[in-house]
Amino acid sequence: MAKTFKKPEALSDQPTHYCPGCTHGIIHRLVAEVIDELGIRGRTVGISPVGCAVLAYNYFTFDFQEAAHGRAPAVATGIKRVRPDLIVFTYQGDGDLASIGMGEIIHAANRGEKFTTIFVNNTVYGMTGGQMAPTTLQGQRTTTSPAGRNVEEVGMPVKMAELISALETPAYITRQAVLKPKYVVRAKKAIKKAFQYQLEGRCFSLVELVSTCPTNWGLTPVESITWAEENMLPYFKLGEYKTPDEVEED
Amino acid sequence: MGKILMKGNEAIGEAAIRAGCLNYFAYPITPQSEVAEYLSRRMPEVGGVFLQAESEIAVGNMLFGAAGCGARVFTTSSSPGISLMSEAISYISSAQLPVVFVNIVRGGPGLGGILPSQADYFQATKGGGHGDYRLLVMAPASVQEAVEMVMKAFPLAEKYRNPVMILGDGLIGQMMEPVEFPEHLRSEPSNKDDWATNGMDTRKSSKPNLVKSLFLNAELLEEHNLVLKAKYDRMKQEEVRYESYNMDTDYQALIVSFGTMSRVCRTVIDNLKAQGFETAMIRPQTLFPFPEGPIKQAALKESCKVVITLELNMGQMVEDVERSVQGNRPVHWYGKAGGDVPTPEEVIEVIKSFF
Repeated sequence: MAKTFKKPEALSDQPTHYCPGCTHGIIHRLVAEVIDELGIRGRTVGISPVGCAVLAYNYFTFDFQEAAHGRAPAVATGIKRVRPDLIVFTYQGDGDLASIGMGEIIHAANRGEKFTTIFVNNTVYGMTGGQMAPTTLQGQRTTTSPAGRNVEEVGMPVKMAELISALETPAYITRQAVLKPKYVVRAKKAIKKAFQYQLEGRCFSLVELVSTCPTNWGLTPVESITWAEENMLPYFKLGEYKTPDEVEED
Repeated sequence: MGKILMKGNEAIGEAAIRAGCLNYFAYPITPQSEVAEYLSRRMPEVGGVFLQAESEIAVGNMLFGAAGCGARVFTTSSSPGISLMSEAISYISSAQLPVVFVNIVRGGPGLGGILPSQADYFQATKGGGHGDYRLLVMAPASVQEAVEMVMKAFPLAEKYRNPVMILGDGLIGQMMEPVEFPEHLRSEPSNKDDWATNGMDTRKSSKPNLVKSLFLNAELLEEHNLVLKAKYDRMKQEEVRYESYNMDTDYQALIVSFGTMSRVCRTVIDNLKAQGFETAMIRPQTLFPFPEGPIKQAALKESCKVVITLELNMGQMVEDVERSVQGNRPVHWYGKAGGDVPTPEEVIEVIKSFF
């Protein structure tokens, strides 16, 4: 019998360490499908962050580098500058990208580095046990904001897609979600566009993905999806924030 | 090619190109910004990569990425900048990436000053970043030697898959001296297909390469550290370099000094000789590995009463000298850390005070 559905070649056979209901698995698969479809596995280098996805290289079947916390955009810059023919992407969470790595992502984006960033926003530090992140929602309880995020003390959650799209240089900035099939389909299109733009030699692209963290949110996977839709989507609005056409029109 | 007059910082930039390194990432900081200025012009001329990063933190990680995908790469900075790069230096050491760092040391701690200093001896030779790692550290005493050390650093970094640091000081960077770029020191980058993330198509392989520093399993991390240690032990066996001066006399004092300070010491030794007082010097050219054996042997000479360490800091190398002499002779130290280089007369007074 012919196979009608199979694992992408860019994904390895190794079972992941991610928690049940975690959306990293979906995002890994989308990236792998896009890499297969574009036929670029042999010239792709991924950069894993510090956080839950630090071990992402175990689940892909192409070259990988593991960056220091937040520094993936600098590592990617180093690779892409000396080997512009390689296809390079960073895979980063919100603590990594929006907190300790804020400087690196902003400057890489502003220089128009020709790599792609997959930014997984689930509002908490996952790997270290659910501490408050720059993206933690107002009033959201975490292990370091047990009474809920107090914006009087720590400010409002950072909207990265909006922040980076305020820069003139970047080519493609979008925020999508991986909460339900309808979102996942759009997320894949966005990831594919980002890689295609890189193949065309256009500058920096970032795909922010609204995700869940059932373990650290203390919710079931299904409750997490509902919580994200009800609480994250009104604040982290989905959509295309910047496209290359706009950049060209300027 | 004949000698040309060049400023140390510019000569260091040119030396990297002549060595076959065409990738440079950096951030401006006094007293070495001329390297970046020079290479911002030169790299485009030779088809190389020049990038001014947003910080030294970013520089260090750009070097990680570029070296990780197999490119020859280097940076130059000065003390506070090297502190910021120390995070990346730890990762680069663990991931076993060949990267060349040049530190044109200025006074510290903190912002310190911008005058010459050797106060980063500990940082360069004992760590700076976290974890058990070592840099191969070379200390030039002239612009010509800086050129040659930079050119030799690239094949050494590749031989050991380990970062190499050139520890200069503000004087080496800022002064002009005649230099030449020995053609025989140009080298071809080594083949890195067995570990670099240069793309599977590039190396015609179906096996992914991984550049990393995380070992969650205790046994694997132990094994990794033993691999690193074996490299550092091999450096101790194979890479010790030093120069000796006036050793064939019945010297009464052995001076140990490196870099700019050692040039003052040469004058001191000559002047003392004219006064009928013999002293000798061992000048470590590698600070790690350190010439322990030669220093001990020189200290044990019967005529030698004391060992004197002279450095532009508050006494850092003296610990390695004491370790080398192993209590066989008294070890004294003299130095300055504010940015003034002691005069020969000042040093002569100090040496005489130990007798």
